Amino acid sequence: MAEREQLQVQKKREHEKREETTIPARVFVPTADIYETQDALTVILEMPGVEKENVDVRVEEGVLHVEGRLDLAKYQGLQPLHIEYNVGHYARSFQLSSKKIDQGKIGAALKDGVLSLTLPKVEEAKPRTINVK
Amino acid sequence: MANQIGARDGRLVGFSWSPPKPGAFMITAFADPFDALFNLQRSLEARTGSEWLQNQTASQGPFPPINVFAQGDEILAIVELPGVDKNDLQIQAKENTIRISGKKVANYPAGSVHRRERVSGEFDRTLSLPVQLDPDSIKAEFRDGVLALFLPRAEQEKPRTIKIS
Repeated sequence: MAEREQLQVQKKREHEKREETTIPARVFVPTADIYETQDALTVILEMPGVEKENVDVRVEEGVLHVEGRLDLAKYQGLQPLHIEYNVGHYARSFQLSSKKIDQGKIGAALKDGVLSLTLPKVEEAKPRTINVK
Repeated sequence: MANQIGARDGRLVGFSWSPPKPGAFMITAFADPFDALFNLQRSLEARTGSEWLQNQTASQGPFPPINVFAQGDEILAIVELPGVDKNDLQIQAKENTIRISGKKVANYPAGSVHRRERVSGEFDRTLSLPVQLDPDSIKAEFRDGVLALFLPRAEQEKPRTIKIS
């Protein structure tokens, strides 16, 4: 067995700051894409099964909190036969790098179980091009 | 791992579907909504990696994950497909197989990427059930990134009450 082991990058474990919930039910972390353009920071979160009314987005002390609650009523009266994934509410928080987000103008759109958040930057935080005369 | 999907061992265990009996593991309403979620998660966990499909999930890729439930006489398959457009999703049914294929798109505009965790690409998965279906009366519903397939069993599969003369 001359199989050479490839050096692997060790995945860093993140410190979990979140407090434990009083309910033993599990909460899932939605997968996210985040990218930044000149005007805004965009956060995309996958929360399949969550309806528009059950999404909660807020910014508190520079931390973006996103919560999505699942409607459990849909699962009533079902007998599980073959299960590959578990279900539950979603929650995730992001520390925003600075206070340059215009909190009053945060936009949110939900389509096909994907939540897109647009966090526009405040005017001063936008990079400016200075024209040389 | 609750979400682990992949090739299961080739064991064939005789397991036939029967209508829910009293006392069977069924998700019911609970007075306390917090208990309800916990109980739902536990009942799903108890069925994780079940032998019900008898290793029949001949798949070309483990995506998307599928949960199968019994709802009375019908079988209900619930598939998580966040970010998939309805027009990019194809469902084919034949006898006892369901094929779910399509593509998942994740767009990245110009700018700096901070995180990229979502997966995208094409998928094709075939689900074979140990019961015959009635392909003409299958209904599919796609809402909030979740596909629900209502799979009625073929007429000859339904249990009959035999009268004793």
